[in-house]
This record gives sequence, structure tokens and C-alpha cells, in this order.
Amino acid sequence: MAEEIKKTFWERLIQIDRRVIYLIIALAMVLPFFFQMGLPIPITKEVKDIYDYIETLTPSDVVILSADFDPSVSPELLPMFDAIFRHCLKNNIKIIAMSLYIQGPGLIAPVIQEAATDYQKINGVDYVFMPWVIGWHIVIMDLMTDLQRSFPTDFYGTRTEDLPMLDGVKNYENYDLIVPFTGASSYAWWLLYAHEPYGVPLAAGVTAVSAADLYPYIQSGQIMGMLGGLKGAAEYETLIGEKRMATMGMEAQNWAHVIIILFIVIGNIGYLVIGKKK
Amino acid sequence: MHISMNPWVWIGVFFTFSVLSFLYKDNPFYKLAEHVTVGVSIGYGLVIWWTNSVIPRFYIPVFEQGQWILIIPAILGLMMVLRIVPKYSWLSRYAICFSVGAGSGMAIPRSMQAQVLRQLEATMLNLSFTSGAGINNIIIFFGVLTVLVYFFFSKEHKGVFGGVAKVGIWFLMIGFGATFGYTVMARLSLFIGRVLFVLQDFLGINLAG
Amino acid sequence: MLWKKQIPLAITFIMGLLLGIQYFVPHRISENFFQGYLDWAIVIGIFAAILSYISFYRVHGMRIKKKAPAWQYSVVAIVMSVTMALFGFIQGREEGMVFMNMYSYILVAIEGTMFSLLAFYISSAAYRAFRARSTQATALLLAAIIVMLGRVPLGESISFWHNIWPSLPTFTGIANWILNVPNMAAKRGMQLGIGLGIMMLSLKIILGIERSYMGSGD
Repeated sequence: MAEEIKKTFWERLIQIDRRVIYLIIALAMVLPFFFQMGLPIPITKEVKDIYDYIETLTPSDVVILSADFDPSVSPELLPMFDAIFRHCLKNNIKIIAMSLYIQGPGLIAPVIQEAATDYQKINGVDYVFMPWVIGWHIVIMDLMTDLQRSFPTDFYGTRTEDLPMLDGVKNYENYDLIVPFTGASSYAWWLLYAHEPYGVPLAAGVTAVSAADLYPYIQSGQIMGMLGGLKGAAEYETLIGEKRMATMGMEAQNWAHVIIILFIVIGNIGYLVIGKKK
Repeated sequence: MHISMNPWVWIGVFFTFSVLSFLYKDNPFYKLAEHVTVGVSIGYGLVIWWTNSVIPRFYIPVFEQGQWILIIPAILGLMMVLRIVPKYSWLSRYAICFSVGAGSGMAIPRSMQAQVLRQLEATMLNLSFTSGAGINNIIIFFGVLTVLVYFFFSKEHKGVFGGVAKVGIWFLMIGFGATFGYTVMARLSLFIGRVLFVLQDFLGINLAG
Repeated sequence: MLWKKQIPLAITFIMGLLLGIQYFVPHRISENFFQGYLDWAIVIGIFAAILSYISFYRVHGMRIKKKAPAWQYSVVAIVMSVTMALFGFIQGREEGMVFMNMYSYILVAIEGTMFSLLAFYISSAAYRAFRARSTQATALLLAAIIVMLGRVPLGESISFWHNIWPSLPTFTGIANWILNVPNMAAKRGMQLGIGLGIMMLSLKIILGIERSYMGSGD
């Protein structure tokens, strides 16, 4: 009898309605925003390496930040772009912001504007914002050989040759770092078509889904460092001392991970119990 | 808490919940959101495509700077459009072959350098049992080797070869596990992004403080 | 046959050969040729994009014409696309304009939320499908759990053993080792395969052995 009840309990638990699972995970991601623990965010070497490299750059150096993503993955990648953009502004490093994805510029435009206001920087003088041009890896090669041909105007329609920041910035010889932010494989395009042939230092901000795939390139030194998922962005925010979108999100991420692990454990116990009974 | 008075934010919240309603079951709100986003993205694409690509990269170079030679690739591009006309779809092959051929030619040396030679070079590590780094190097070296053996299907996975391939599977499993762990993280982050939008932009809750 | 097959294949061969050789020739002629190719490739891309727009209006137009099930949604899609385009062309696309608001509060909201549904599906899958059915599957799950804990601040905080024996790594440390050593080795093996695969496929395309990209028919 007791066995019967136990069996029913596990079977019931395993066959629970999916909407209950959805509700639990939703609560795990909403409630932590109201009960913040403020746990310290450990910094990984991959993130610190990018930060340290940017710290060595001088105001005459140029960094390309390419937001190669669309709204589907922006919660992960936009905070990364924001953090590195702010770090460069803080250190007075010249920035070329761009996107190989058609929906990218629209996503980063407000972020750029807010950061520029916060740091009192001027478009065209301290940073430039390029529009999307069709071509993906073709645009990368074009940019390496001739910036002005690649982007005849900036995002706001100003002729590229009239942008003071780009005086003397012509091609790969003038770029000191490229950081693509991608939910797909644009880091591989930048690797193949910019880093390898022209030797421009490359780092990457990627969604957590692709983060594990980048380790061979980090170990080989082809990619100097990586921001992986929301955690990578939170680490970078910690390094620059600005707790913004990603740091806030880590609170929820903590508990959601715990719940998922509990789901896996309960699911497996149920599987074992039911399996043994059968 | 200051609920936003911006009608656009309300529209954003309406569509956010319309899409989330799919978790309960498929419904007209979700379908509406689905088609609205397809339409809006096409409209967005049209405007950006015209203003950022057609005008600066074709219209100005050809009609203002006299680079008439660009008419040829324009015709090639238009031939690609003929793909939807069965009678003339073969004409699209000219543009496809031009692009695919060039892409293949560019990929061979670059892929060889970036994805094969540099990766092999980075696997030639100092192997030693006397330090932690040396032991890690041994694991990396044999890990790469065994995974490559596993993917070598021209020889049957039996005997010593099969045993080595089996070790490769263990490495792959740990690699997939790492990817899976990271994938869970990624998926959850996407929802967190939407929660932040509703809490901050719509409800006006100050989360930073 | 000549116009429909052999000449296109010859174009593939010539372009592949030229662009392949170009990489190794740092001469001015070679670089000018490369620049010219980039210009052409962008213009081809610009006009080829028309195909996607035509396809959209064709598919939804047909659905409306045939009064297919739920054809009303196709009307919505077309109306929204035209509205968006008109606002973009007439009013402009600066911050605060209808075009940008539609982008931020409709497109971003819907696309972002659609992908966020995956958070729920992966939770459900974690509960129902991720089973340690074999020792190898157990290794996969353990690696996943360690990475999940090692990649959030909580993982560092719950590594109590590190406070007792500081030489022992925390969850973050173990996750770092997994990612940098066994995971790296596995992914490198796969990347090498992918790299060699790209080269082989490219070679087959240039030599005309692989032709599926040309589509069916004569």
C-alpha cells in the first residue's frame, strides 16, 4: 500500500503539467529582482584579458565594436556592447560602432546615445556609428581594405570623410582591436577575414550558447578573450565599476540555474524510482 | 513604482504578453504578434536596405560618380531574382556561381590557416607530468587526438582504434555537457531581458538601487 | 546546356581559382582585382535582396487571394510592412520617430519575447528529458551542472569546501577547468573537422563535383 502511494507520488510528480513548470521558472526569474542578494561576481580570465588589453590602449587607438545580432539575443549581447563601449569612452579610445546585421544598428543606437550623454562624448569626434550595409563577410573585407569605401556615410547620414575622428583612419593598419558581439558565427568571419589575413587583434562577445565553442581559439591566442553570455557582461560591468543591465540580471540567473538543476535532479530521481519499480 | 504613460511602452507590453500567452496554448493574440513582427521586420528591412545599401553603394557610385561598371553586378543580382520564375530560373545560376565560386576560393586559404594550421600549432604543447599545466597539456593533446580518431569513419571502430575512439566520446560528452550548461544559461537570460523591460520600462521599478 | 550548366560551372571555377590565388599575391593588380570583386559582391547582394521582399509579398498576397485559412493575418503582415516602410521613408528614422518606436516597441518586443519562450521549453526539457541513462550521459549532465553553477555568482558562494581547504577549487574553478581543458580538446577536434570540411567542400565546388547549390533542373 505504502509502495503504491510512493509510486503514485513519483509518477504524479514526473507527469506534472508543463504549465506548472513554466510558472515555477517564471517566478524564479521574476522574484529575485525584489530580493537581491548582491553576491560578488567572480571575474574569469577570458573577460579580464579583454579589459586589460583595452586598459593598455591610448586615445589615438581605434576599436571596432560590431553588434552582429538582432533582438532575439539582445538581452545577452546588448549589455556586453554597452559595457565595452562605456569602457572605451571612459579611456578616451576612438570607437567605430557598427553591425553586420540589419537589425543591429537600431538596437545599439539608444545605448550609444545614453553612454555618450553620460560620458559627455560627441558623435564623429569621440566615436563614430556606422550604418548596416549588406554583405556580411564582404563588408569585413571591405572595411579592412578601405573604411570610407565600405561606409560612405555614417548612421546619421554624415559623409564619412567629414567625420573628424576618422582623420587618418583608413584601413586595417589603423585598427587596434575588433570585438564582434554575436549570437551566431560572426566571430568566425572576423577571424577568417580580419584577424588572420591582417593580424588585427580580436576579442569576442558571444551568447552563452556559443561560448564553449570559442575556447580552442582562445587557447590558440587567435581570440584574446571572450565575454560569454549575461555572466560575461556582468563581469565586465564589475570591472568597469558600473552595475547595469547584466549585473541586475545575474540575480535572477542565480536562482533560475538552481531551479533547473533541481528539475534535473528530481526528474532523474523519479526516472530511477519509477524504473526500479517497473 | 511609476507605471509608464508612454503608449509605445504599453504596445510593447501588450505584444510581450501576447507572445508569452503561447505558453498556455496557441491563440489569436500570439498569431497576431507573429504576423505583425514579420510585417514590421520586412518594412524595416526595406527602408534600411534602400537608405543604407542601395543609395550609398549603388545609386551614388553609378549615377553621381559614373562607375557604370557596377551595372553588371546589378544585372547579376537581378538575375538572382529570376529564381522565382520557373522558365528563367536557370539565369540565377550566373549570380549564384559568381558568389559561390568566389566564396569557395576565399574560404580555402583562410580556413586552412585559421581553423586548421593555427589550431594544430596550438595543440603542439609541452607535455609533462611534473606540473599542473603540463598534465593539462597532456589531456588536451590526447583529447584532440582521440576526438579526431572518433570522427575518422574510414576505419571500423574496433580493437585499439575503437578503444581510442571511445575515449574521444568521453571528451565529446564533457564538451557537449559544457555547451548544454551554457545553453541553459543563454535561454534563461533571454527571458530575464523581457522581465527587465516590464519591470523597469513599464512598471518603472528602480532595480539598480 | 552550355548556357544553363557549363558556363555557370566555368564561372564558379574561374572565380574560385582567382580568389584563391589572390590571397597569396600581394601585388597591386591582385589587390585592385580584390577591391573590384568586393564592390561587385556588395552590389549583387543588394539586388539579390529584392528576392526576399518579393517572396514575402507573393506568399502573403497568394494567401489573401486564395482566402487560405487565417488569411486575415496575412493582411496584417502586409499592412504592417507598408506602414513601417512609409513611416521610415516619409517621416524619417531618427530616434523618437514612429519608425524607430515601431522597431523598439513592436519588433524588439515580439522577437525578444519569442526567443525568451525557450527559457520555458528548456526548463520543461530539463525536468522531463535530461536523464542519466548511461555513464556517458551522466558525464554530460555533471559537466552541465558544474558549468551552470560555475557560471553564476551563487556557485562561488556555495563552494563551502574552498573556505576549509583553500587549495580546492570552487565551482567556478572546476567549471573553468572543464571549459579550458576537456571541453577545449573536444571542440578543437570538432573545429579541425569543420575546417577541413569547409576546405574540401570548397574544393569540390570549385572543381564542379558539388553542384547542389545550382538548384535542380537542366
